[in-house]
Amino acid sequence: METKISSLTKEVIIGPDHPVVIIGERINPTGRKKLARSLEQGDLSLLQQEALRQVAAGAQVLDVNVGISGGDESALMIQAIKAISDVTDVPLCIDSAKPEVLAAGLSVYKGKALVNSANGEESKIKEVLPIVARYKAAVVCLTMDDKGIPSDVPTRMKIGDTIVNEATKLGIPLEDIIIDPLAMSVSADDRAGLSALKALAEIKKNLGVNQTIGASNVSFGLPDRAFVNGVFLAMAIMKGLTCPITDPTNWTIRETLLLTDLMLGKDEFSMNFISGYRDQHPEED
Amino acid sequence: MSDLEAIKQAVIKGKRKDIAGLVQVAIDAGADPQEIINGYMIEAMKEVGARFEAKKIFVPEMMIAARTMQSGVDVIKPLIAAGDEIKKIGTVVMGTVFGDLHDIGKNLVVLLLESSGFEVINIGENVTSEDFVEKARELKADVVGMSSLLTTGDPHLKSTIEAFKKSDLNGKVKLVCGGAAVTKKFAVDECGADGYATDAVDAVRVMKQLLEIAA
Repeated sequence: METKISSLTKEVIIGPDHPVVIIGERINPTGRKKLARSLEQGDLSLLQQEALRQVAAGAQVLDVNVGISGGDESALMIQAIKAISDVTDVPLCIDSAKPEVLAAGLSVYKGKALVNSANGEESKIKEVLPIVARYKAAVVCLTMDDKGIPSDVPTRMKIGDTIVNEATKLGIPLEDIIIDPLAMSVSADDRAGLSALKALAEIKKNLGVNQTIGASNVSFGLPDRAFVNGVFLAMAIMKGLTCPITDPTNWTIRETLLLTDLMLGKDEFSMNFISGYRDQHPEED
Repeated sequence: MSDLEAIKQAVIKGKRKDIAGLVQVAIDAGADPQEIINGYMIEAMKEVGARFEAKKIFVPEMMIAARTMQSGVDVIKPLIAAGDEIKKIGTVVMGTVFGDLHDIGKNLVVLLLESSGFEVINIGENVTSEDFVEKARELKADVVGMSSLLTTGDPHLKSTIEAFKKSDLNGKVKLVCGGAAVTKKFAVDECGADGYATDAVDAVRVMKQLLEIAA
């Protein structure tokens, strides 16, 4: 199954027969003090820099989250989308916990955006999915609901089914649904990685949809986090992950993803890997 | 190494399988049960907290140390005379604010508070402001800890703090906030919380400060 998202001038195809699509995660002020401060002051230059850095590092889609304490998030989202579109043409993933912010972002976005996110909560199904349908966007759906974040595979599957059914009723095609089966931290539960991998495989088998995952969660509380994330990502891709939300400016992660493509026959003559490697090691030219 | 020092080291190193035996040996040799907890296990967890802050150890090591202490306390509990409970330094009600289901960080705070000698009641996630106030009253909390990981949690954090200010508990219970989405500026300066903590170790420190308990 292929999910197509686009800007005015660029289309990105996400699917199991294509190279991995990196959704750059860095435009998010949560836990990033410098970015949060610049957004509070209405300064969008740092956000533009983050956009360009990630695109240069291979991001094909950029997640945009501007949720800061006490700000007008809708207005800021609109400004952010315009500012990013001024410097790059990669498609965007509009990310907010507030439905009205998603709608505000979509109303000014030119192209077919990805929306992050809906989930199995009653309120999200009622408020977010109709917005996605109205703007004919694609949507990331998290396998959690009003009862919380399940740690087992069957509950994740059940929530995935519910969301797909509700989305279908609203006319959202299956290929525009990207499921995130939610990887939890292995530092808090050492079976969390295994459980996420099993969920990816089950969802791939039963729904066949594209899947994303916020990989950085896996490594919370552990040393050598990029390597932990990288190993998880490589394994997750084998199980059905097609568009991770991650940090491509981290070479360990990017290298892992390039090599995963290569090993799966998606990098002709190893050219993507070699050119990525050369970018990182210019002195060896 | 004395029996008691061995207990401290076992907690620091997270030797879950050894702790029960070590505690038994110390008790058979006449050690005071309260002293084992307060003088050695809690001291061990202070050391663990300091190492965690210095990034010398990681989350799983902190968790296993706390569990080790718990296994040791389980041996001691039945030995403490009836009516003479294990002394607690304060009661904390901990929860994640309404609209937010994150639990990992909050549960870490709970674990560390418990192993620092607090009585902790974990009231879960997605907690309404009414429930926070009601539970704090019912359980006679000294401190209420609020965790918030989503920026959408801000209004809920604010309304929970306001609910406390308007209630009969105003001024009687200390309010402490933390979590990735919360800043000190918002929680303390704008909403009027008594404290803000950057992580689990900091939460223990802030709550002790507010209750004027020596570190």
